[in-house]
Amino acid sequence: MVSLNSYLILSAILFAIGTIGVLTRRNAIVIFMCVEMMLNAVNLTFIAFSKYLGNLDGQIFVLFVMTVAAAEAAVGLALMIAFYKNRESIDVEDMNMMKW
Amino acid sequence: MLDNVWLIPLFPLIGFLINGLFGKKIKNEAIIGGIGTLMIFMSFIVSCGILIQLVGLPAEQRVFEKVIFPWIHAGNFKVDMAFLVDPLSAVMIMVVTGVGSLIHLYSIGYMHGEEGFYRFFAYLNLFCMSMLLLVLGANMLVMFIGWEGVGLCSYLLIGYYFEKKSAGDAAKKAFVMNRVGDFGFLIGLFILFWWFGSNHNIWTVNFVEIKAASHLLPYGGVVTIATLCLFLGATGKSAQIPLFTWLPDAMEGPTPVSALIHAATMVTAGVYMIGRMSFVFIKAPETMLVVAVVGAATAIFAATIGTAQNDIKRVLAYSTVSQLGFMFLAMGVGAFGAGIFHLMTHAFFKACLFLGSGSVIHSMHHALHKGHLHDDAQDMRNMGGLKSAMPITFITFLVSTIAIAGIPGFSGFFSKDEILWQAFANPYHGGVNIILWGVGCLAALFTAFYMFRLVFMTFFGESRINPKVKEYLHESPLVITIPLMVLGFLAVVGGFIGMPKLMGMLPNYFEHWLDPVFELAKEYGATYAHTGAHYSHALEWGLMGFSVVVAVIGITIAFTMYMANTKLPGKFTSTFPALHRAVYNKWYVDEIYDFLFVNPCKAFGNLLWKGFDVVIVDGIVNGTGKLVMACAAGLKGLQSGYVHNYAMGMALGVVGILALYLFR
Repeated sequence: MVSLNSYLILSAILFAIGTIGVLTRRNAIVIFMCVEMMLNAVNLTFIAFSKYLGNLDGQIFVLFVMTVAAAEAAVGLALMIAFYKNRESIDVEDMNMMKW
Repeated sequence: MLDNVWLIPLFPLIGFLINGLFGKKIKNEAIIGGIGTLMIFMSFIVSCGILIQLVGLPAEQRVFEKVIFPWIHAGNFKVDMAFLVDPLSAVMIMVVTGVGSLIHLYSIGYMHGEEGFYRFFAYLNLFCMSMLLLVLGANMLVMFIGWEGVGLCSYLLIGYYFEKKSAGDAAKKAFVMNRVGDFGFLIGLFILFWWFGSNHNIWTVNFVEIKAASHLLPYGGVVTIATLCLFLGATGKSAQIPLFTWLPDAMEGPTPVSALIHAATMVTAGVYMIGRMSFVFIKAPETMLVVAVVGAATAIFAATIGTAQNDIKRVLAYSTVSQLGFMFLAMGVGAFGAGIFHLMTHAFFKACLFLGSGSVIHSMHHALHKGHLHDDAQDMRNMGGLKSAMPITFITFLVSTIAIAGIPGFSGFFSKDEILWQAFANPYHGGVNIILWGVGCLAALFTAFYMFRLVFMTFFGESRINPKVKEYLHESPLVITIPLMVLGFLAVVGGFIGMPKLMGMLPNYFEHWLDPVFELAKEYGATYAHTGAHYSHALEWGLMGFSVVVAVIGITIAFTMYMANTKLPGKFTSTFPALHRAVYNKWYVDEIYDFLFVNPCKAFGNLLWKGFDVVIVDGIVNGTGKLVMACAAGLKGLQSGYVHNYAMGMALGVVGILALYLFR
């Protein structure tokens, strides 16, 4: 039997890796994948607590998160394709026009 | 008929609306001019009907108030839109509509071919309506509407040739100076209203009610202040010292306007107002003295300026100021009837003189225009010898000049002599009488002189117009000469209704007619009148003879200088160059006013502009913007546009919120 703590530690590690990835990587696809990793880290926490507390609410929440993540992936990838068509790049350093 | 008094101002209003709204589309001068003239003529007919009915009533019943509709009813304060018909307003409506109709008719000819023909007639009708409101108003507020309305129309008509800067300036000058007077009028009105209300609980501005309550007014004191304020209003509207300088400049307007507004009707509003409020004015002996002195001073002051002007209309303008001075002299010595009488005769002969000068200018203008010359059509130095070219204008002009100069048998003599006699014999001002009379006589001398100077320079002697265009000078059309003839006729016979009793041929109808209006004033005046002085008929005859002699002397001097020995004026100016320059430049009054009032106002305005507006107001407005810009310049670094920075911001925010939550 794996203890709750182990799940939470793994989840924290995954979340931290994801956060660092978002903050440091330049490739938009990689950043996107890091965001997904953070979401899944949270999902893992939900599941772990759901199991630990014997309450199904957490698992239902995970389904919602996955739905949102899928929708987000569709929109995000579409944006990236549009950006690539204009700039021939998906480097976020090149996404610097949104300023005064 | 009396019930239909509201028709009198209504007709010109209809004319104004038709010409003002549709005149531009109508285009046809005959229709536009016809409507304008017809409307005021209908008012004249109604006025005649009212006069006839009024004559039929016994003297004490000749007061009729017609309420058209309730206007302001608020608590104690009740004002109706109401008209008052009494002998005084009957005289005024007859003058306004009668002379007004003739001048409308004349304008059809005079304004022919002008671009703003419809505009002219619309304004003229609006003016007539305002003037009729002024003289018919049963309370001071209705009168004030008319008072402001005529001021507005005067402004519009002086500035009729608005593309000319001088005309625009003159219009503004007239308006601003009138505002100074109007301010006084309002303050006077408020003081009277407040005094009656707070002391006797009589909250009224109605003339009949004020008259009924006038026995409550004290002599002097608050009444002096109120009447002085009202008199300030009168000096503004009637061009008296100190507010007279706008009237000569008002000659920038078309000549019929000068005749109707700036000679016959509007400028007499101040005289009328004092007449209407005679029972209040007489209760303030100090004000009466001020009125008399200002009137006499204006009469002589303006007359001297008139002697040196070369513009035909300017001479007449100063003459008007001077004659208005005579009217105020009459008012100031308590001879209200004589003042109103002179107002009426003056309306006849001065309107005739102005229209005559207009006829001359019209003809001169056409002649010069045909010859492609740019000489001044109004300068008398370009005229001379016009009597053969324009016989009708000449005769009517001459008749009116004789009338204004005060030759017996003509209207001006009766009214002016009555004023001079009353100035001499009035019981109110003690020893000042003789001075007032002397100044009046001197002014009469100057009047005779400058008027005949004008006639001699314009109609007699050698023609001084460019010989090339002399043949083009011709008499004006009938539409112009008919009003001249009617007014000339009135200028002769208009005085007989007010012939002094002394002459014994006719009773003084005019004085009897106005008696019910001024009775009360006479009664009040009696309490401080200096009794005892009783003057013999011989003295009256003597003074009458003296004033005739004065007029003849004036005419003789004019004849010697401008007919017999034409070198004399030149010699005179070279002997006294400083005097001539001072008179020619109107005693530098305009310059003094510029120095005392206009320039300080401008300097103050500049100070507010450059000191207050630019530095403080603009500083606050621009400062607000600059402050926001400065803040933004500091903060805009946050919005770098790099996704990483935003992501870092979000991460730090989350950490911050969590920290706040955990370590609170």
